[in-house]
Amino acid sequence: MSTVLDQETAPTRPPAPGSAEPAVRREVRRVRIGGPDPELVSHVVGSAAGALALSWMVYEQLVPMTGAIGFWLCWYVAFLALFAAMSATSLDRVGVTDRVVGALVTTAGLVLVACLVGIVVFTFLRGKDALSHLNFYTQTTAFIGPEAPLDQGGIVAAMVGTLEQVAISVVLSVPLAIATAVYLSEVRGRLARLVRTVVEAMSAVPTIVAGLFIYSMLILKFGQERSGFAASLALCISMIPVVCTTAEVVLRLVPNGLREASLALGTTHWQTVRRVVLPTARPGLVTAVLLGVARVIGETSPVLLVAGSTIELNADPMHGPMLSLPLFAFTQMKMPLDTAIARAFGSCVVLLVLVVVLFALARILGGRPPGHVSRRTLRRRAQQRQARARRPESEPAR
Amino acid sequence: MSAVAPARPSAVRRTLTTRPTAQDVGFVAAARSAAVSTLVIMGLIGIFLLIGAWPALHSQGWHFLTTTEWLPETGTFGIASLLWGTILVGLFALCVAVPLGFGAALFISEYAPRSLKGPLVTLVDLMAAVPSIVYAMWALFFLQAHMLTIAQWLSVHFGPMLPFLRVQTPDSPSSYTSSAFIAGVAVGVVVLPTVTSIMREVFAQAPIGEREGAIALGATHCGMIRTVVIPFGRAGIVGGIMLGLGRALGETIVVYAIISPAFGLTTRPLQSGTNTIASHIASRYSESNGVALSGLLGAGLVLFLFTLVVNTLAGVVVSRSRSGASTEI
Repeated sequence: MSTVLDQETAPTRPPAPGSAEPAVRREVRRVRIGGPDPELVSHVVGSAAGALALSWMVYEQLVPMTGAIGFWLCWYVAFLALFAAMSATSLDRVGVTDRVVGALVTTAGLVLVACLVGIVVFTFLRGKDALSHLNFYTQTTAFIGPEAPLDQGGIVAAMVGTLEQVAISVVLSVPLAIATAVYLSEVRGRLARLVRTVVEAMSAVPTIVAGLFIYSMLILKFGQERSGFAASLALCISMIPVVCTTAEVVLRLVPNGLREASLALGTTHWQTVRRVVLPTARPGLVTAVLLGVARVIGETSPVLLVAGSTIELNADPMHGPMLSLPLFAFTQMKMPLDTAIARAFGSCVVLLVLVVVLFALARILGGRPPGHVSRRTLRRRAQQRQARARRPESEPAR
Repeated sequence: MSAVAPARPSAVRRTLTTRPTAQDVGFVAAARSAAVSTLVIMGLIGIFLLIGAWPALHSQGWHFLTTTEWLPETGTFGIASLLWGTILVGLFALCVAVPLGFGAALFISEYAPRSLKGPLVTLVDLMAAVPSIVYAMWALFFLQAHMLTIAQWLSVHFGPMLPFLRVQTPDSPSSYTSSAFIAGVAVGVVVLPTVTSIMREVFAQAPIGEREGAIALGATHCGMIRTVVIPFGRAGIVGGIMLGLGRALGETIVVYAIISPAFGLTTRPLQSGTNTIASHIASRYSESNGVALSGLLGAGLVLFLFTLVVNTLAGVVVSRSRSGASTEI
């Protein structure tokens, strides 16, 4: 972004033969392309400061209004107007439009980031009271009232429930989703287009409808009780499309040359998929699974319908109601008590941390292109090669 | 694919036949059955919702779609007000998510420095994965109080002119707390990352040649976006809006946390009291049985079909703008 060009009106090459003028070495003026434009920076800073003063003047002194939101909205409008007016001193109408659009678009980007940061920081601030107690991670709220202080009770039942439910849904949905992705990308049968459309439609099924479906099938039709297993089935409905679409994209990124080379060596289709395509795409497939887990770990509405309600620790997913982190947060949120709300925020923080960790893992693994070999693997292979090369020296050749 | 028929005398044209091995037959069958099973799951969702909803649909007939009250005890219930509330909340969500998402997508794909692009894309994906319970808590304990003042300001200053901004008692803040407007704004924040990521994806695909052409012809940055990026990304913009709407229609917990349930076709979105299908199901499932429960399943079926239509249309629009090119060596 900081390309520097030598701008010269007359080049400094020697004068053409026959011309009488002496070679004048012009001074080279360097023009920077890109980088912050000092004029733009001064205009932004100037109009921001001017708008601050103006809106303070109008909002606080002249008009009897209060409230932070109103003040900043007022400031923003004043900023845009001043920015346009200031730009008009040096630019024409087109240039002013360009700058104002740039300011609007940048604001939208900043608002997006501010929303996420605001949500995360707010949740952390409200949850830190509950999180600072060690018992929050080791006890349940089974034998205490909701108004009990924060140094009693905790979320261990919810954590166990979330762990088991997510594990069961991973076991159930990942093989199905990856096999479907393999069908879409490797087998490419006649059904492929229909299946792709249906998987996309499935990703759009509202989670509460997934919960209703399991409720209607498992509990109403087959007479099962509400349980953790029913909740994990409901989570599967959300997880399959996420894993399947991500895995399909990853499989499509495997270079065709690898498949062709493998088939040319005389392998069967299955061997190609098993030995070439899936190993090449392994990091991406792990990413797909992690993204699927991150997606379902915080699902509240399907679990709400089919997991039942309890506050006790239940480690048996097949029998009896089971708690999970989002469900715990939801039930605590509804209580009009500060301690319950602090616990709800605490479990939200735990959920957020889990999602961020899953995302970071997915990013680390998925950042590599398919077939990429990490440095550590390269080192290991080099060591193995050296070891193999050294062996004949230690054992003299026969 | 693996075996080739033995060569014949050269005068006769060789026929190539593939005889898949038993392993391959098994592999293809397994992959196909997995693919078919996803189809079956989708079909089962519709079938079981229909079976469960049948008693309610049978007893109410078409009135199920036109009745506004929900009184299963007296035998009259329908989803008209729920459907209207769902659409209202969805529209408010789009009013927030579409301008912001459009701007943010343009910022990430066109304005952000190259070193910031990757982190911003991850950030949007992360925001899409933030559990809805976290959004719900944020909306209930942070957003609601702040939106209250905006709603009140709008109603007090513009209510006299625009009748749909009026509320019954404009001076008391409690008439604004649980409105479709506030729920819609909160849902808008939830669907913002969906809208942003779809739009960003198609904006990034605008061809580099045309971009450079526009710049070379003297267009400003904004002029290039207006003449190249937006026309190329039009399908993605429409698709992103519709996918966002699809997500917004099904959002449960955030709406449940904000609104106070009310039945009736409200024409005053700033007034407290509205209801959506998803939040109605979440609030009534535990106290319902018999025909009331069947009515909830019917409401779920309508929501399912509604989002299915919206998202399939969006999928068709988006996939038209997406290229399916694979990488070659």
